[in-house]
Amino acid sequence: MKVTITVNGREQTHDVEPRQLLVHFIRENAGLTGTNIGCDTTSCGACTVLLEGESVKSCTVLAVQADGGNVTTIEGLAAPDGTLHPVQKAFHEHHGLQCGYCTPGMVMAAVSLIEENASLDERGVREGLEGNLCRCTGYHNIVKAVLAAAGGSS
Amino acid sequence: MSILGTRVLRVEDPKFLTVGGTYTADLDIPGALHVTYVRSASPHARLAGVDVSAAAQAPGVVAVVTGADVDLAPQVGIMGMAPAPMARPYLATGVVRFAGEPIAAIVAETRAQGEDAAELVVIDYEPLDAVIDPLAAMDGGPVVYPDHGSNRAISIAAVGGSTDPDEHLFDGCEVVVRQEIVNRRVAPCPLETRAAAARWEADGRLTYWVSTQTPHGAKSKLAQVFGLEADQVHVIVPDVGGGFGAKIGGYPEELLVVWLAKRLGRPVRWSESRSESMLGLGHGRAQYQVAELGGTRDGRIQAYRLTVVQDAGAYPDMGAFLPFLTRSMLPGVYDIERQECIWTSVVTNTTPVVAYRGAGRPEAAAAIERILDVFADEIGADPAEVRRMNMIGADRFPFTTPVGSTYDVGDYAGALDRALEAADYKALRAAQQARRASGDRLAMGIGVATYVEVTGAAGNTEYGSVEVRSDGTAVVKCGTSPHGQGHATAWAMIVSDRTGIPLDRITVVHNDTDVVPRGQGTMGSSSLQHGGVAVLEAADTVVSQARELAANLLEANVDDIVVDTATGRLHVAGTPTASKTWAELASAAAGRGGLSAESDMSSQGNTYPFGAHVVVVDVDTETGKVAVRRVVACDDAGRILNPLLLEGQIHGGLAQGIAQALLEEVRYDDDGNPLTANLADYAFVSAPELPSFELVQMETPTPLNALGAKGIGESGSIGSTPAVQNAVVDALSHLNVRHIDMPTTPERVWAAIREAQK
Repeated sequence: MKVTITVNGREQTHDVEPRQLLVHFIRENAGLTGTNIGCDTTSCGACTVLLEGESVKSCTVLAVQADGGNVTTIEGLAAPDGTLHPVQKAFHEHHGLQCGYCTPGMVMAAVSLIEENASLDERGVREGLEGNLCRCTGYHNIVKAVLAAAGGSS
Repeated sequence: MSILGTRVLRVEDPKFLTVGGTYTADLDIPGALHVTYVRSASPHARLAGVDVSAAAQAPGVVAVVTGADVDLAPQVGIMGMAPAPMARPYLATGVVRFAGEPIAAIVAETRAQGEDAAELVVIDYEPLDAVIDPLAAMDGGPVVYPDHGSNRAISIAAVGGSTDPDEHLFDGCEVVVRQEIVNRRVAPCPLETRAAAARWEADGRLTYWVSTQTPHGAKSKLAQVFGLEADQVHVIVPDVGGGFGAKIGGYPEELLVVWLAKRLGRPVRWSESRSESMLGLGHGRAQYQVAELGGTRDGRIQAYRLTVVQDAGAYPDMGAFLPFLTRSMLPGVYDIERQECIWTSVVTNTTPVVAYRGAGRPEAAAAIERILDVFADEIGADPAEVRRMNMIGADRFPFTTPVGSTYDVGDYAGALDRALEAADYKALRAAQQARRASGDRLAMGIGVATYVEVTGAAGNTEYGSVEVRSDGTAVVKCGTSPHGQGHATAWAMIVSDRTGIPLDRITVVHNDTDVVPRGQGTMGSSSLQHGGVAVLEAADTVVSQARELAANLLEANVDDIVVDTATGRLHVAGTPTASKTWAELASAAAGRGGLSAESDMSSQGNTYPFGAHVVVVDVDTETGKVAVRRVVACDDAGRILNPLLLEGQIHGGLAQGIAQALLEEVRYDDDGNPLTANLADYAFVSAPELPSFELVQMETPTPLNALGAKGIGESGSIGSTPAVQNAVVDALSHLNVRHIDMPTTPERVWAAIREAQK
């Protein structure tokens, strides 16, 4: 069936199977491979994107459910002139990434977390990112980066 | 001022943060077919029938192959040291030996079509008795390889080590304590699962993409398996989403992709699902230990014996060899006169065990650090004090232990004192007393662990090269293979330090065997002390070339030519105006061999990082739940190249070590069915389960390399595990709890409290 999804401001219409997941639409139909797949039980959050501005695990949304919707992936987060989003900048400055595999999902989850919470403390960040797994950083610098980005943008 | 030792942000980051990395699954390989493996649902069975006829007819399916079709020789594990009958076939033939073992490969136009077709394969299993418990595998349980006659996976005599205990080991000891310790099987869980792709080119060359820690290892393996000359194999390793030791070796599923591509005459690719990865990627640890420690009543340790049964899984791989590494680190940081390690590796009907962050050394540290607490408890002494009084003194290096390891340099008491001071150990003990007196249901525990580990085990050489081009930029090549460590930043810093060429004009190349001629890869916390040193040596040679050329051009004595690293110019000492830029020198050198050098550095020996960790926990005595409140870690890896990268490595190691002590465990039921075969069931540590870490800096340079550097990749995961476990037991010591096996889940903790009350 045909679905139309706007990904990073670009409208995409593709014929998909009803069972197709949004993450496969993003990776295969839209050709944006920044969004990664790390599990098959909606546990790891590597595929987190924004759907209508809110973070979702794109392996847990069918492409047809996102029909007519707006999706933002890591490729669409920085400003058109290349200026990094405060969360991207904070991850760089605080060494919040190593192998980079969880990073796009982690960053998108953090963007949404900051957006939804006027004030965040360490506990709030840790609880808020519970659904995003990282094997490299021990979360220490991710938490630092998110707190810095939250402080800087409030 | 030197750039070395400063906090330089990673040059790798921008790509990952803006468009994401390019991992193997992200590659656009036109015309590539997808492989789906059909895996055993049984831990041990005779394959009475594998009916692939319906799958072969399914939409999009190009081929289905089973074990009988594959004409590649089964691979003998542990670098050829495993018994021949335990050789691993690419696809199971006749018998399956662990749940998750590949039985058939379906090759289809799309991944979805392959997965649909896999559902149509009908496998007739005739169940065989499975052996899951390694202790049962040792003695009396089912034999996995009847042709071998026992489950022993490696000949101890072949690798050195005794099998019979010395009856007199504890003679004269006033106190002898004994503790059984299970160092559970855990899953490495790099966030990127395994992936590989192969294309045979028109000229007969092979292009192979793979998520690995060892590009050149993959190249040699492919040449051997497919009978190719080395120059016919081109291995490209795109970005790699973590490895942790589990991506060192070549797996059958990866190599079979190459065979399928050849057979079908089309490119073939494979990316596994997480559920496959939990069964197919090697597991770690899996040691069953008995620790015995003897000494005087006033705390002097005299004798130590560790008996190890290593669960190697169904096909002996690196895991079977882990006790050899455990033995090499047997006494840890302590001066113990008499010691012995008696070990055996056995096969079981489980996923093969491989290297996992620390690989054999965390198991050694966990054993000595746990039994030391048991000993301290027995004699009523403070565990930190008992540690201090038995440590090898800072004035005794190099120090060769009774098991033959020569520790390069150390200050173990110094690390312990720093960690205790940062944690304010005395105040913690006082707070613990107050908490106990108040009758709070939350018991406070303080765990201390010290460790020393061996790094630089990747072989005794590594390749590095530096070339300065006529535009003044530099290209660095290295045989190491990063997957999160930050080598591009670190190697560029080394070259910048020597040449003054700024970081943004230095390109670091690795992970392509057509570009980098040789390499060991990245494992065993060795990259900086091998690859980094090779790059340093190459850079120094290039600087010498440049100074000679500058002397020539400036008509000066070469001894008077200095490199001004602030300006990136070479000039005559005292006369900065008489200078040449790197671009000018490289242009001038173009007709005379250029400015370039390579190094195959030769290691002067293993290095031994060390440290001390202090952990504070709260244990809910009513529910058994443990909360980690503080983690204070002093890790000494020699001279620090970039504190940012160093801290990142420590943080990750700490999290994995704490996770092992607290949460993570690969589980099977009694029949051998996996119970943790996805990330919903496996307790992968998440952010709320950890505190922020408190790191204490310490730098004791090694004399064994020009950077003074030891490895830091694994340290965090070595000290933290016993520190957490000791803290949990310490919290409950007033309730008569003496030991709780890892992971210290609420269930185990609650049961231990109840048991101690009986």
